[in-house]
This record gives sequence, structure tokens and C-alpha cells, in this order.
Amino acid sequence: MITRRDFFAMVGGGIVVLIAEDDLLAQETGGRLRGRNTMPEEVSAWLHVGENGAVTGYTGKVEIGQNARTSLTLAIAEELRAPVASVTMVMGDTALTPFDQGTVGSQTTPRMWPQMRRAAAEAREMLLDLAAKKWSVDRLSLKIAEGRVSAGERSAGFGELTRGEKLTRTIPANVALTPAAEWKVAGTSLRKLNGREIVTGAHKYPYDATRPGMLWAKVLYPAQFGATLRSLDSAAAGAMPGVKVVHDGDFVAVAAPAPEVAEKALAALKAEWNPVTVEVDSRNVYDYFKRNARDAATNPALVPYHIAYIAHVPLEPRAAVAEWRDGKLAVWTGTQRPFGVRGELAQYFGIGEEDVHVIMPDMGSGYGGKHQGDAALEAARIAKALGKPVKRNWTRQEEMTWAYFRPGGLIEVAGTTAPDGTVTGWEFHNYNSGPSGLVSPYAFSSRKEEYHGVRSPLRQGSYRGLAATANHFVRESYMDELAHSIGMDPLAFRLKNAKEERLRNVIVAAAGKFGWKGRKKTPGHGFGIAAGFEKGSYVATCAEVSVDPASGATKVLRAVIAFECGAIVNPDHLRNQVEGAVAQGIGGALFEQIDFAAGRITNNRLARYRVPRFADMPVIESVLLDRKDIPSAGAGETPIVGIAPAIGNAIFDAAGKRIRRMPLQA
Amino acid sequence: MARVTELLVNGSTRRIDADPDRTLLSVLRDDLDLTGTKFGCGEGQCAACTVLVDGVATRSCLTRVGTVAGKRITTIEGLAAAGALHPVQQAFLDHDAMQCGYCTPGMILGAVSLLGRNPNPSDAEIVSGMNGHICRCGTYPRVVAAIREAARKGGRA
Repeated sequence: MITRRDFFAMVGGGIVVLIAEDDLLAQETGGRLRGRNTMPEEVSAWLHVGENGAVTGYTGKVEIGQNARTSLTLAIAEELRAPVASVTMVMGDTALTPFDQGTVGSQTTPRMWPQMRRAAAEAREMLLDLAAKKWSVDRLSLKIAEGRVSAGERSAGFGELTRGEKLTRTIPANVALTPAAEWKVAGTSLRKLNGREIVTGAHKYPYDATRPGMLWAKVLYPAQFGATLRSLDSAAAGAMPGVKVVHDGDFVAVAAPAPEVAEKALAALKAEWNPVTVEVDSRNVYDYFKRNARDAATNPALVPYHIAYIAHVPLEPRAAVAEWRDGKLAVWTGTQRPFGVRGELAQYFGIGEEDVHVIMPDMGSGYGGKHQGDAALEAARIAKALGKPVKRNWTRQEEMTWAYFRPGGLIEVAGTTAPDGTVTGWEFHNYNSGPSGLVSPYAFSSRKEEYHGVRSPLRQGSYRGLAATANHFVRESYMDELAHSIGMDPLAFRLKNAKEERLRNVIVAAAGKFGWKGRKKTPGHGFGIAAGFEKGSYVATCAEVSVDPASGATKVLRAVIAFECGAIVNPDHLRNQVEGAVAQGIGGALFEQIDFAAGRITNNRLARYRVPRFADMPVIESVLLDRKDIPSAGAGETPIVGIAPAIGNAIFDAAGKRIRRMPLQA
Repeated sequence: MARVTELLVNGSTRRIDADPDRTLLSVLRDDLDLTGTKFGCGEGQCAACTVLVDGVATRSCLTRVGTVAGKRITTIEGLAAAGALHPVQQAFLDHDAMQCGYCTPGMILGAVSLLGRNPNPSDAEIVSGMNGHICRCGTYPRVVAAIREAARKGGRA
């Protein structure tokens, strides 16, 4: 726990605003904490204006390519009336930033963004107080803009006002914020802040982290998931110059002063594993889901859809460097949950969380795939055993085997429709893939929507959009089936059942931009539409495809996506997220799937696991609906949910074939 | 085979002591701390490790260092001569043609190589020329736009 004195020792003088966890503090105090001068127990963010005018925001959120560093800077610049260039974000460092649950669930924009704005708004008020006192003028006569406070002829930069001060203020998170309609800096397309470091190769990612005197480590993994070690002969590896072997139960690792030596040592280990009998594989897993689910559905009208397991394939695999000093552990690692990793490490080693320091440099993406501290724990175990800093960078094959996967699933659906297109009955069961996006945003008068948990045969976890992608794929495909069953246009069918204004708006916007009504059918070409809602934002996607009649090969020619997530924080970065989600979603829609059998992943490398490339890209167009009257929601996930069903529906339109599996391979 | 003791990187001769069978990627990153060259897959599929060897885009993860001794190697760190960004770097910045940026150094060097052999590529030529590069964040259309603009501004530099 950082005290007020520690804090100023860390940052120097100036003023500090602490944002207390809003719900917690508001309940405890009735919102009367304004002006309290001690550190609260539950702080979610803080902001410092230094004696040199530099502004620093501190948050436990991390930057993984979603451009939170840029959007949070916009939040501060807007409310503080400070130049963007004067603002720095310190993110995801457990010793410097307040606790945070993790950069997950598209929560940075709806939760952290307003908190940063509140902190900056309060700092602005403090600066005005300081200027009013300094100049003995009426506070109302002061102006604040561009990092300066002025009153008539007099003017002072923020640094002049904070010099010699050590002021803190803790506020309940309910200070007045600038309405979106009046934003001057927020809502503009600020470019990625550390873009120059990226295009020059100067930025150090977790994979690039080093410590003096460190060893490079490799871990020996079992031949099958769950296999235990029968015997190990490490004599040859241990005899190599500089090589150390760590053997602790089934955990076997080698470390060496150079990476190629560690690789050779790993190859020299002779291990025998007790074989494991595994009957579930990537072909029969859908029967397994149904057989092993509790309360499996029995309605004979249900139509099954299959959802394959897929891998995140972050281009930067997991990586960590661990260093022990005087019983305390420091780890540099790529994770979406630095505080979660701190907890994992503290628990594993039986030490206090205050003795674990996790540092998370802006990393090479995650997509929900880097929640755990696997590489960090391996590095820390080996470093502890050897008494030296240890670097543990995963290979691509390790990343695609020993990380976790987006869950596969069986989804069963049935429905009925009146001749006018009103859906009169809806039954939907998701086995294993997850409950996100399970509930239809359409106004069904009768519905049964259930998630059935199953013990997954593969390690599984979060993935961009969670199960909303699978549930939207099936729901929107089946909506299409229902529309065709009564010979109704798929757009008209959706509008018939969509009652929410925001849902209707994105459907109309996407169809309009796409030219749905004027679309011209030609042989081998098809058009599809899909819509949905998740995590506070609305999406509709239209796709045009061509299907080769002989091979069935599908090419997506054009995709139009309409997206609405409240007031837009950064239009160009929103467009980048929305269009990037479409591009990434084409992989899960058309070709990504993890193959497994006998406790092994059989396509754990990029030569055998196809991800979208330049040549797979359609023309992608986006329509961003800016609702300044609605608080901003996140946009990292929901734009991905519409592309797979839009493509599937377009394939049906082109070829008359309904493919009830994802990826869409007949 | 004799050990490799010199490497011509970014215009200067660097002293190294490397087994010739080691990958160029590892020598650049681990011996010379040129970490702008990225490890993505180690199997030549993603091109995050792209460097220029005598001006030609080359997968450093599949290149044994013994085969490039005496050749001119350019990494991303060597592209911005005296601090002025190469037109391709500038175009990537101007188009925000990145999200996490991990593929970006390889993309930029791939684009420099492409423009070196085809200074005025069509969009289709950009797509086929860059198709070996993976951007998992899906910024491909922005990358195409950036390369198009760099070409228009004479991206050979």
C-alpha cells in the first residue's frame, strides 16, 4: 500500500488526484470525501501534475494494441485542458499503478476512461484554486486552456502553479465532466502515441526484455496433455558448458547463458512420459459436449451447429524475464492482467503480493489470450532454483499448444416464425462455448436460451468477444434460415424482430451503405447480413462473397460494418478496431480451427494453421454512429461478432448451401 | 565451418562470435541487442523477422548467420538515417497502419524491399508482394494504403 509520503517521494512535488473506486466509496461515504487528504484504501486511478507541468496518469490497465494509452491520454487532455504532448500514461506496473482487475471485457473505455476524466477534471479545479489564491482573484475570472491558467494579463503554466506544492485530493468519482457534445480534444483522431518508437523498432516488447546476467531457459513439456514423467536422463544436457538443469517433479527445464545453448540442452534431454489415453478429438468433440452436458436439451426440432476451438495467435508469443532479489520477485511479462499475474506468483511461492513486482511493457497483442502468467511462473521457478535472472520466451509451437484456446462448442437452435416474419418461438442451447451473447437482442415473445457447461478436453479461456462470436454466428445464421423458410428478405426479417432503436440503427446503416436493397444477384455471388449486441455496443455487418461452384472455395469480396458504442472517443482508432475485428474475424469464420487427437495439438504452427493474410481481405467499409448522448462503451470485441454469420448467410445466398459450422467449411 | 566474427549491420561492421548455424534473427536480437527485428513464428510464415540483406527482404529466422557474412544487413534500427524517418516509416505513422505494432518493423522492411523492385506497385501488387507478412490485428488495408502513399512520395528513398 502506497502512502501519501511514498507517493510524493516517487513522483516529486505537485498535485495529485486519486480516484476512489466509485461504487465502493460512494456507498461508504455518501460522496462526501471531497478534499480528504489521505490515501484511500481502494484507488482505481491517479493523476499527477508535476512541478514542471508534466501530467501523468496512472492506471493498472495495459496497452496491447487497442490504443488505450492514446484514448486515456485524450481523456486527461480534454478535462485538464492540457496539451496532449504534456500527458504521459503509466500503465500496468504493479508497483506504480493502482490495482486493476485486468484489461478485459472491453472495460477500459466504459470504466477507466471516465475515471481518468474525473481525475483530470478535479486537477483542473485544483489548479484554478491555486491560481485564484496566488493572484487573489475571483476564481470565476480565470481561464484555463492549453496547459495554462490566465486572468487578464496574468498567466501561468501548470508547473508554475504546482511548484512547491504537495497537495493530494481524493474524490468520489462523481465530479462533473465535460459533455461529449462540448469535447474539443476527446473525440478527435489522435494518432498512436508511441508510433514512432514502433516504426523505428525502438519500443521494447516483453519478448525483448533482458536483465544483466540472465540465463535463457527452455521447458520440457510432456508428449501429451496430462502425461506424467516416467524417467529423465539429463546427464548429456547437464554436461554442456554453462547449462543448468532444473527438475522438480514433472517440471523440467534447462537454462544457459545463450539461447542456442539452451535449445541444444533441451534437445539433449531424454525423457519418457507415461502415456495417457484420450478419446476426445477435434472430430468427435461435439458428441462429447452433448453426452457430458448436464440437462442436455431433448427437443427433436433442434438443429446442431459446431464451433471449432481456435487459437489466439498473438504475433508476440508469451514471454517473461524473472529476477529474485532478497526474497522479492520482479517479472517483466506480457499479460492483460498484471495484478492477476502478481497474485498467481505470490500464491505459488507463498510470499506476499507486496513482494512481487510485475511490469508489463506495451505488448504484441492478446485478444483475450494472455490472462494468465504461464511464462512468468516458469521464469520465476527457474530463476529461483538457479539464483539468477531467467528469460523465458515461448516459441510459436508452445504458444499454440500450452496456452489456452477459444472454446469449441455445440450449439443447438430451433425456432418458429409467423407468416409476417414475427419470431414466435426460440430455443437455443450453447454447450461449452460460453454464455456471452447468448440472449438475443431481438424482441422474441417466447424464448429459452441456456448455457450448458462441459468439462473441456482442451485448456480454454477468453478470446476477443468470448462466446458472443459463436452465439451470434448461430443466432444470425438461424435467423436467416427462418427468413428463407417463409421466403422473406433477411433484412426485412431482422427489422421485423428488432425493436431496440440502437439495434435498428446499425442494421439500417449497414444495409444502406452496403446497398442491400439494390444488390444484384449473379451466379456464384451472394450477400449476407447479420446484427447483434454485446458489451454495450451494437453492430451490423453485411458481406458479399463469391463461391467457386466446383471447389466451394469462398472469397469475401466486400464487408460493410456499422458500429455504435455511444460517444466516439477517437474516430480513427475506433475505425482501426472495427475494421481490424472484421479482418481478424474472417479467420475464425473461414479457416481457423485447432485440430487435436490423442492429447496432442496436431496443427500447432502457422504452416498448418491458417490466419487471415493480405490476400484474404475484402474491401472493408465501416459506418461509425456517434451517439454523443450515450456514454462511451468499449469497441475491442463486439465488432468481431457479425462477420462470420454475414459470410455464412452470403454463402447460402450464393450456393444454396447452409453450412452449420464455424469455420464455414462444408 | 568457421565461426562468424564480423557482420555488416546498418552500415557498420559489428564484431560477433557466433556459430555459423545460428539464425541471423538470434544474432541480431541476442548478441547485438537489435530487438526491432521480431520473433513471430520461427518457421518463416509471419515475416515479423524480416530484414534487408543486400536490399532484399529476408526472413532472418530462417537465415543462418554464416550465409550472410560480408553482406549488407539492414534492420529497422538502420532505416531512419540520422533520425529522419524513411518515407515508408512516415507513411505507416501517417496512416496509423498498426495496432500492437509487433509486425510493423517487418512490414516496413518488406515494403521497402517491394518498392525497391517495383517503385510504383498497384494495390494487387502490394497485396501479393506483402502476403507473406501477418498482421494479427488485421490492419492490412491500412498497410496497403501506407505503402501506396509511400510509393507516391517516392518511397525508395
